[in-house]
Amino acid sequence: MNARRETLRGWGFAAPALIWTALLFVVPFAVMGAMSLAVLDGRTLIWGLHFDNYAALTEKAYLLRAIFVSLEITVTVTVVSILLAYPLAWVIAFHVPPRWQRLVLLLTILPFWTSYVVRSYAWLLVLAREGVVNTALTGLGLTAEPVTLASTRFATVTGFVHFFVMLLTLTIYANLIQLSPNYRRAAMDLGASAFQTFRHVILPLTLPGIMTGAFLTFVLCIGDYITPQILGGNNELTVPQVIMVQLGRRADFPLASALAIVLMAIVTLAYLGFARWLRLDRV
Amino acid sequence: MTRLNRMFLSTTILAGLAGLAGAGNAEAQDTLNALVWCDHTDAALIEPFEEAHDVRVNLREYEGTGAALALLEQSRPGDWDVLVIDGIDVFRAVEAGILAPLPDDELPTADFFPEVVMAENNSRDGTTYAVTEKFGYNTISYNAEAVDPADMQDLSAVWSETYDGRISIYDYYLPVMGLAALAEGIDTADITEGSLDAIGAVMDTMRSRAASIGGVVAAQTALATGEVDIVVGGGEWLTAVLAEDRPELTWTIPEQGAVRWSQSIGVLADSANPDLALEFVKYITGPEGQARLATSSCFWGMPANAKAGAHLTEDQKAVLRWDEQEDYLARTQLYPAPDAALDIEMQDLWLNMLQR
Repeated sequence: MNARRETLRGWGFAAPALIWTALLFVVPFAVMGAMSLAVLDGRTLIWGLHFDNYAALTEKAYLLRAIFVSLEITVTVTVVSILLAYPLAWVIAFHVPPRWQRLVLLLTILPFWTSYVVRSYAWLLVLAREGVVNTALTGLGLTAEPVTLASTRFATVTGFVHFFVMLLTLTIYANLIQLSPNYRRAAMDLGASAFQTFRHVILPLTLPGIMTGAFLTFVLCIGDYITPQILGGNNELTVPQVIMVQLGRRADFPLASALAIVLMAIVTLAYLGFARWLRLDRV
Repeated sequence: MTRLNRMFLSTTILAGLAGLAGAGNAEAQDTLNALVWCDHTDAALIEPFEEAHDVRVNLREYEGTGAALALLEQSRPGDWDVLVIDGIDVFRAVEAGILAPLPDDELPTADFFPEVVMAENNSRDGTTYAVTEKFGYNTISYNAEAVDPADMQDLSAVWSETYDGRISIYDYYLPVMGLAALAEGIDTADITEGSLDAIGAVMDTMRSRAASIGGVVAAQTALATGEVDIVVGGGEWLTAVLAEDRPELTWTIPEQGAVRWSQSIGVLADSANPDLALEFVKYITGPEGQARLATSSCFWGMPANAKAGAHLTEDQKAVLRWDEQEDYLARTQLYPAPDAALDIEMQDLWLNMLQR
């Protein structure tokens, strides 16, 4: 009887979250799935089981290209962010005195406090032909002419990396400070070099932190519209940008929904790839 | 919880919800809800109307006719009173049955520049559903200190090798494809599926010379920061707000002509405040409202009502090129208004160009 009551109480506590998820995720997702199988005939929406929008992915080159562009940018951002965030987290965790660590972490995530849109426009000004970077390059005589940096994939990746290094630093730092120094000492005692200790002991133990941050980076980056729109100069389009174009004038919700479903499928595959290392208890 | 408690709780919640609904209705008496473009959000434009009528104007910006129509479809009848819409898309709103007829005798269209009355766009079967409120040009904006202004008079010179990498293209396919059509000698009203190869070839050239394709803010930033020296598809709406500090950023209409944009305003058929909504339309299209709308902090554009000139300063009229409008109107064409099938073809062509 008590067990039954406990079960009911458990469901009772979980009910608000379940109802919330059902109303704001499951139902909208089902509607979006149904919408992706509808078609637009002229300007009239026709419901049904049509696969035209998915077939369009193979028929319209720009749609397939958008998926590849999104994947290329997302993978680049994730890898570069990890390579920059890991040493930063390492320095904070092991080379900054404990009493200063909180302040240094605060300074690390300070850019989080500014508006995402404002930060993107700020990068546009920094990377412009007459911006800080080009002024420095030409001023130091490193380049004769300003280099095209804004409105490029480089600009998009830079804007993203600036944001996600902060996120990854937090997840990796949280993982690093949980490691007992005895692991390193034991490895060194057994004759491992500093690199071997890192490669075979520290890195595997910090994979949960890396992968959690990497997965969040992947999900947030592949679905982002603002950064590529502002910094990429529309020189190539990501999936969210193509979705927005479909909605803006023509209100092609079926095609936009199909693209959103494809985006979710990619994130699901990414989750399956990351799942082995996603251990939030270690972060 | 006892049955009585449950009843009490349910009754309280229902009473609360009813109260909220009542409050919503009461608020609707004093509020005008308008779905607009960003130029209507300037307090200098809206506050005089609010004070004169003792109401609050609730404004919601949108981008793209499709987005606006979808939003209206998902709203309850009466949620919205006024709609500002692209001049070429009024027919879509009329077809959807969302616009109310407007009384011709109460609209100041007799004072309008004749070319922008556009009865063929704003009316159907003799009934007026919207009225033009502002217009301007999608043409060539440029930095006069960085390019040869004489080159800007010829579209093919604009996207010639001379300006390779110094061009930004305005991120909206209809006006830019309209300009490409004009460069090929095709009138914007005559664009068909058969014209798209020629237009596509021009756009390929344009694209190969372009450093970026950007919306209003991005194109303005690119021109102001020297990232580019030319914006294809730009116009007074792009450079006017920069004119005071950067007079070298200017615009022209080339020999081949340019594309004209226009926006219209109408009252929604389900409006809860149709009389107030009509007053708002009359204010916006009247001389004073027109002058304020023309010089809105979001973007400038020519007022449809010629009598607005009396409320603009000489400097403002100079930036708008007031005295040249007769010539400009004669040399420009309304931007393409494709049917649904052609629209898909044009958008696909545009997206393929971007993804090249």
